[in-house]
Amino acid sequence: MSITTSKSTDGSVLTILIQGRFDFSSHQEFRDSYEHDESIKEYLIDMRETTYLDSSALGMLLLLRDFAGGDHANVSITNCNSDVKKILTISNFEQLFAIK
Amino acid sequence: MSAEPLKILIADDNDSDRMILQAIVRKQGHKVVTARDGVEAVEQFKTTSPEIILLDALMPRMDGFEAARIIKQLAGEELVPIIFLTSLTDAKSLAQCLDAGGDDFLSKPYNRVILEAKINAFNRMRIMHSTLQSQRDLIAENNDHLLQEQQVAKTVFDNVAHLGCLHAKNIKHLLSPLSVFNGDVLFACQKPSGGMHVLLGDFTGHGLPAAIGAMPIAEIFYGMTNKGFAMTDVLREINQKLKQILPVGFFCCACMIDMSFARGDVEVWVGGLPEAVIYKSGGELIKIPSNHLPLGVLTASRFATETYRYDMSEGDRIFMWSDGIIEARNVDGDMFGEDRLYEVYQDVKNPSTIFSNIKQQVHNFIGEGERDDDLTIVEVEMVPEDRLGLDADVHLSKSALMGPVNWGLSYELRGETLKDFNPLPLLLHVIMEVPGLRLFSGQVYTVLAELISNALEHGVLKLDSNLKTTSEGFAQYYALRMQRLSSLDDAWVRISIDHQPEKSGGVLSIKIEDSGEGFDYSGFKDAKMNKDRYSGRGIPLLDSLCRRFEYMGAGNIVEAEFAWKTE
Repeated sequence: MSITTSKSTDGSVLTILIQGRFDFSSHQEFRDSYEHDESIKEYLIDMRETTYLDSSALGMLLLLRDFAGGDHANVSITNCNSDVKKILTISNFEQLFAIK
Repeated sequence: MSAEPLKILIADDNDSDRMILQAIVRKQGHKVVTARDGVEAVEQFKTTSPEIILLDALMPRMDGFEAARIIKQLAGEELVPIIFLTSLTDAKSLAQCLDAGGDDFLSKPYNRVILEAKINAFNRMRIMHSTLQSQRDLIAENNDHLLQEQQVAKTVFDNVAHLGCLHAKNIKHLLSPLSVFNGDVLFACQKPSGGMHVLLGDFTGHGLPAAIGAMPIAEIFYGMTNKGFAMTDVLREINQKLKQILPVGFFCCACMIDMSFARGDVEVWVGGLPEAVIYKSGGELIKIPSNHLPLGVLTASRFATETYRYDMSEGDRIFMWSDGIIEARNVDGDMFGEDRLYEVYQDVKNPSTIFSNIKQQVHNFIGEGERDDDLTIVEVEMVPEDRLGLDADVHLSKSALMGPVNWGLSYELRGETLKDFNPLPLLLHVIMEVPGLRLFSGQVYTVLAELISNALEHGVLKLDSNLKTTSEGFAQYYALRMQRLSSLDDAWVRISIDHQPEKSGGVLSIKIEDSGEGFDYSGFKDAKMNKDRYSGRGIPLLDSLCRRFEYMGAGNIVEAEFAWKTE
């Protein structure tokens, strides 16, 4: 499990790549990945290498959403595998995030 | 001048001329054998094998011209320079010397300087010729050796590459090798769930480099498909392996399909190959262009596995080919091209003839032209599964019946272990040995993770989800979790898992019991997804993923049934 981030050249888009299992154990690391930078306008959660997800991960995604401005947040979740997508769908997350 | 003394045959019927020449040549440091006429000259050649021959043109019994012809014939591939000795001076006679197989002529009376120069010049030519011959022989020998090695390697390769079901009744294919090992690979394998994976690959280059890359592809393709991995997992693994083992600049253009006969659809991934096409029995032609880089180019993190999905009815066909088909050239160097290829799909009366028509058209087009790439094409038809013509027993033994499907386990985590050991990877590993269940690994993980963390966090540690209403609370929740875990004494969580096969699937039953006090579960199923809270998603998730899900006893026991079915 590891989280890596990268910023777009103009510094407005933060991409957070989550590898392996996304669960409570990554709580602090996930929070650290976005909390220290207020200049970000758009967040991209890249789940191409995320194998598993549990409900606390869902909570963490919501925390990010609120941090990013709640209903005005610009947070996308990309490259989910079908299992991860299913979990997100069951939780109606497509109403809260742009899932690509 | 000459470093090595040569053996030189001098044939002249005139005794004095012969003696003079012999003296000159000896003085130059060469060994001399002599003959008095053509017949003797031929005999001397046979018995003494001279390196250079000085031959008088006009001699009794057999003249120099005839002797030259016989000697050249006897020498075969070896170069034995013949220099004619002649007092004739007319152009016609001199030309006749060369026509008879002579390499040069020397007019009488002899000039010793010129004679020496000529002997040296022809010796150089003789040495060059023999070097050339031995190098040619060496190359031929090496080539034979290489071909023989390739034959052996190909036998091994064929055994690995053709484990699959290319012989299924719905597959037609043509693999036309340019060299013994061609750069094209074609694999087909039935999935445990009944569908089929087909992969057509075209390596850069031919021969051994291609074959070396093909081996791990074959192994991964068959291994993972048999174990029930999804197409994208297979591709990801192949890409990673090739990236790891192939030198930069070597890669594999590929097209892979996952055909589901039960659902009647096909999923397609194309990377670097010409577009694949689906021919619907109604005549519609769908082209599926490549939208990915070839396998073995990108690192794992940048490799993309987006696929196209198409519905297919019975009798619809999907075609894949390597660029060898499109780039096949005729004698004039023109390419077969896409236009000619797609022409075959116009006005099709009987779709089952498309494949043989393409083969025929390409063959006719190439004619006597050279094949400069591999011609590989495959057609996979959508048919009812029972018409695949594959041995059902073989299929079953490879999939559903192989591996554990009927088992149970109980695993209890106590005290210390509960604090710092995550049982999920281990349990998941055991569960994923069930063939076919791997397709649901993500869902199984979520179910198991929810149940275990509920037992631990709410049951044993008595943590309250209501803490998780704010960002700070969320952090506090996990801080508290750490804290309470460290002061655990005789707590336990008991996990019982049971798997039973069912028709084309199975049921995974999970029972979790904890040492906590339980809770009042009378209204827990009414829990709704609350989008304003950071918690409370676990129960609704479990409820929708599981066939049955309920709390029991004092609320410290929970049972869940995850039912799965392939297609």
